[in-house]
Amino acid sequence: MMSKQKITALAGTGAASEAMRQINPDVVAAYPITPQTEIVMKFSEFVGDGKVDTEMIPVESEHSAMSACVGASAAGARTMTATSANGLALMWEIVYIAASQRLPIVMPVVNRALSGPINIHCDHSDTMGTRESGWIQIYCENGQEVYDNVICAIRIAENKKVLLPVMVMQDGFITSHALERVSINEDADVRKFVGEYKPEFPLLDIDKPVTYGPLDLFDYYFEHKRQQSDALTRVPKVIDEVYAEYKKLSGREYRRIETYKADGAELAVIALNSTVGTAKDVVDELREKGVKAGVVFPRMIRPFPGEELGEILSKFKAVAVLDRSESFSSQGGPLFCEVKAALYETNPRPLMMNGIYGLGGREINPEQIMGVFDDLGKAAKAGKIAEKVKYIGVRD
Amino acid sequence: MSEKSWKEIPIGGKILEAGNAREYKTGGWKTFRPEIDRSECINCLFCWLYCPDMAVTHDPVKNETAVNYEYCKGCGICEQVCPKKCIKMVKEER
Repeated sequence: MMSKQKITALAGTGAASEAMRQINPDVVAAYPITPQTEIVMKFSEFVGDGKVDTEMIPVESEHSAMSACVGASAAGARTMTATSANGLALMWEIVYIAASQRLPIVMPVVNRALSGPINIHCDHSDTMGTRESGWIQIYCENGQEVYDNVICAIRIAENKKVLLPVMVMQDGFITSHALERVSINEDADVRKFVGEYKPEFPLLDIDKPVTYGPLDLFDYYFEHKRQQSDALTRVPKVIDEVYAEYKKLSGREYRRIETYKADGAELAVIALNSTVGTAKDVVDELREKGVKAGVVFPRMIRPFPGEELGEILSKFKAVAVLDRSESFSSQGGPLFCEVKAALYETNPRPLMMNGIYGLGGREINPEQIMGVFDDLGKAAKAGKIAEKVKYIGVRD
Repeated sequence: MSEKSWKEIPIGGKILEAGNAREYKTGGWKTFRPEIDRSECINCLFCWLYCPDMAVTHDPVKNETAVNYEYCKGCGICEQVCPKKCIKMVKEER
């Protein structure tokens, strides 16, 4: 049955903390960092006001935050934290350990440029770097998606076929600090949806003693990594099931790859997070002019939906991948490289170009995305890409 | 140790049985092994006391001191502390 919806005005950070309040996790260990701070600040108010039963652990660094989360999750607690940029970088070592110990920790991440030079504004260099850490990664266009996906992430992470940690992304300041209409489910319905957490191997179960984190050398380390790869292959089906169930609760439908006016499109851009919204507006305008334009938003970046993406993209003539971070591979941004690799087995293949944009919070505007579609149109006509990797919005 | 496939082992590197360290033999890497000359040994237990790995055993019934080679790392401290000089470090044969 659908939950009664309440429309509220929330910033992206507020959407995350509101979801956390309704989830009512057992433990939250976190350290403040711009632009994530307000998630944990607001949540600690909920703790202080007795609105949740959570044990809040204010730690002295993000390395400690994730360490405390690993300990709490291993003990058997439903555990959450949140971070951004340099905070995520400081957690790095333990981010890998959380995934390899198969601890279903859920972490909203507010995307912010990694230093240096030091910068507090949005780009995706922080989470793009953690793609190989073994976490599931879900990206969100706006506050509503953040709220919904943080709730869904609990179910995805804790699914017995998965047991992996999940990051839920939003754009720093653009999403995190902009007030939007966010539709909220009833508390009781969310509590019922996430259910009671029944940990698989809790350290606190003294009748079944378990060892976490023993030395694992050339004899078994490889087998444990193979298990992690295997678990990630089960994620897409689980996400689909969770999204389907969540639709019944909220009326809102999510897919691992969102498409906008992609049917019959010849030109398409691929983008993540808030830029998807801007691109949709541009596509509306282009469609009115008769240009067959569309948007593809691969919300789930880990595991990467390569085959399905290939199938969608094979129908286009030319595609631009918009990357809000650099990979420094001299081959384009991280998303571009992955999408291209996924297309190797696809036939026919579209022409592909890469737009690296918005680093350190540099604004991306509709005119610039219009320019990308312009380039795509010319490329489709000429049958080749003029410039493979373009830096959009940088002063030449 | 029988080596199992990734499909047969607990996930996340966890060990689900308690007290399993007992099954883990750690004496395999020594280069020299201590050998006690029993005709000289007075069972003073200096080696038992000084062994950093508790790898020297003493049978109180037989009053006999011995080395548990499954855990002895071959450090040679027992040879050094033996007042009778009846412990000799001998090259390990493999």
